[in-house]
Amino acid sequence: MTAHTAIETPQREEIRDTRLTVPGMRCAGCIAKIERGLGAIEGVETARVNFSAKRVAVRHAASLDEGDLVVALRQLGFEAQPVAANPLGQDDRDAKQLLRALAVAGFGMMNIMLLSVAVWSGAGGVTRELFHWLSALIALPVIAYSGRPFFASAAMALRYRRTNMDVPISIGVLLATALSFYETLTGGEHAYFESAVMLLFFLLAGRALDATMRNRTRAGIGALLSRMGKSAQVLKADGTTERRAASELEPGMVMLVAAGEALAADGEVIEGTGALDNAMLTGESTPVAVGVGDTVHAGAINLTSPLQVSVTAVEGDTALAEIARLMDEAGQSRSSYVRIADRVSRAYAPAVHSLAALAFAGWMIAGAGWHQSLVIAIAVLIITCPCAIGLAVPAAQVVASGALIRRGLLVKDGSALERLAEVDTALFDKTGTLTLGEPRAEIDGLPEDARPVALALAQSSRHPLSRGLAASLAGAGVTPAQVDSIRETSGEGLRGLWYGDTVALERAATATDTLATQLRIGSQTWIIGFSDPLRRDAAETLRALEGQGVAARVLSGDRAPAVEAACRTLAIPGEGDASPATKLARLEALKAAGHKPLMVGDGLNDGPALAAAHASIAPGTASDASQQAADAVFVGEALAPVSLAIRIARKTMAIVRQNFGFAVIYNVCAVPLALAGMVTPLIAAVAMSLSSLVVVANSLRLARAAR
Amino acid sequence: MSGLAFLIPIALGMGAFGLAVFFWAMRSGQFEDLDGAAQRILIDDDEDEPA
Repeated sequence: MTAHTAIETPQREEIRDTRLTVPGMRCAGCIAKIERGLGAIEGVETARVNFSAKRVAVRHAASLDEGDLVVALRQLGFEAQPVAANPLGQDDRDAKQLLRALAVAGFGMMNIMLLSVAVWSGAGGVTRELFHWLSALIALPVIAYSGRPFFASAAMALRYRRTNMDVPISIGVLLATALSFYETLTGGEHAYFESAVMLLFFLLAGRALDATMRNRTRAGIGALLSRMGKSAQVLKADGTTERRAASELEPGMVMLVAAGEALAADGEVIEGTGALDNAMLTGESTPVAVGVGDTVHAGAINLTSPLQVSVTAVEGDTALAEIARLMDEAGQSRSSYVRIADRVSRAYAPAVHSLAALAFAGWMIAGAGWHQSLVIAIAVLIITCPCAIGLAVPAAQVVASGALIRRGLLVKDGSALERLAEVDTALFDKTGTLTLGEPRAEIDGLPEDARPVALALAQSSRHPLSRGLAASLAGAGVTPAQVDSIRETSGEGLRGLWYGDTVALERAATATDTLATQLRIGSQTWIIGFSDPLRRDAAETLRALEGQGVAARVLSGDRAPAVEAACRTLAIPGEGDASPATKLARLEALKAAGHKPLMVGDGLNDGPALAAAHASIAPGTASDASQQAADAVFVGEALAPVSLAIRIARKTMAIVRQNFGFAVIYNVCAVPLALAGMVTPLIAAVAMSLSSLVVVANSLRLARAAR
Repeated sequence: MSGLAFLIPIALGMGAFGLAVFFWAMRSGQFEDLDGAAQRILIDDDEDEPA
């Protein structure tokens, strides 16, 4: 961690907002700890936790960067990752608009219902007319406001000469309103205002639920570039250095890359030797040794010692940007997936329309007046109300995704659940997916009294090895010792004072090919080795998948021997050395063979495959871009959420089908009543509420399923 | 009937007031973090770290 020596006046300091995701917060104590802990840091203006989203928004001076905040949170005892800024996006606005419409419809529904109940209880004559007028007074503005989401979408569909669910809804609501208004004018007996508003209310409830599941738009390249170093130290001709944003770099410049820093551009090493962590780009877990003349890519992290890199390609021309383009192309295929609700409405809309038209024609032929025929036709439209159908899918999906969030799996949208339910093969990346993706220290050789010192030192650094050591020690229940004046020297290690003794974490003198670090306390030294272990429950999860009829394979960019070793341990087939394009080709081949593949991966190199797969899951440690491309993200060290996701997705689809089945049965029973002209506003209202309640109650059964 | 003349406006007015309050609450971001609000009442206000 670099000390911020620059003293700036707070007024002149640029203020930034950073959002970090902190999956580990559990209680009020965590909220207080995070907000106070971050607030106490020099340069942090405010920190506000959003507990529902497990995020913290920090306003801080530009002199602090994301990495400093992550380190600060780790010292407070929380794992954190910066998330791409999501300024209140279109989706949030849509969801808010729907909520407002829902509130207005709810208000209108309740007040009109007060008046309608009086009419149904037998209010007649002048009172009835007055109440109808009052109902009209409330209903017309409410329908105008709350109906907009449906009217707009229906108008759009009609303009393109197509029909969707919103067309029969809009026609039904508008016709019912017009008829009721006519009845009010002529002093008729029945007005259907409350039915029209109630229909809108239930449908808006379904829409609002659906909006909460809505996917955030993929930020594509923007998210990918955030994986690159955002800035670099540039060596100028006169020997001085200055920080430049990645966007200001040009080919030919020389970057000074410190240990622990991510490269901001592609280039060639011109001075220094070291090891790079390319895991994000290639999926390879072992650091790659680089020396003068080697090509290095943006997004790689320099592990050991400072390098000088001559820039060859920047921003849009880097290998990283190439992957972003592959991803965008691969993502096109998935947008053609038709959701189950749309498939149902395709059949539903024409059926309802023709039924209502038939009812109108039939009664006209039978000799009833046009007024009575129209009333019956509208009653058909209202009673076959798609309330239950409109709620059938979102209610089940919201309950399921809520249950999954509590188990550490975030599903991005409803169609993801539908696609997850269909998968029949699973492809796993190795590094970071089957394994933890970060080096973990083998701490068995460390004596008890040395561990707190090691933890105190490791906690204060952003170096991957320090982080792995800190995670291993914290996992073993070690509490950090009080080590003072800790300083980090790039490429050397960490030093501090512990009760007057010099303590240090430094490069292991003996280390050659394996990763290791050396802990020194006074005159004693210990070598600590590192490895990237498989997730504890990897084998178990793969067996669970097999039980669900999903065949699992490994498809990794890591070197073949490493992949084979992992495959042997897990007893599944697999292949290594796969480039992003190879992975994409494998997936396309599977899809062409009629399979529905699930891709589970974390690296940028998995990005195109994640976007192309029928469904995809990424761990929470994945790069931003991979999380963007994936349908679901799981947090924590267990792999179990993958099989849980498939199990719950299948259960959700079963419940959704039950809901549709119920809606169909309900319609079969209700339509004859409407056709016979027996549906009064009262019957319509009761039937509507009941059908919606049954569907919601049935969906709530899913909450127990994820436990 | 004369009772209704002012009871109905009162009922509607109360409903509309509730609706207005909901809109205000939504605009001021009170629905952004429902779980957090439930937890925050447990935070002690004194400056020392909660146990």
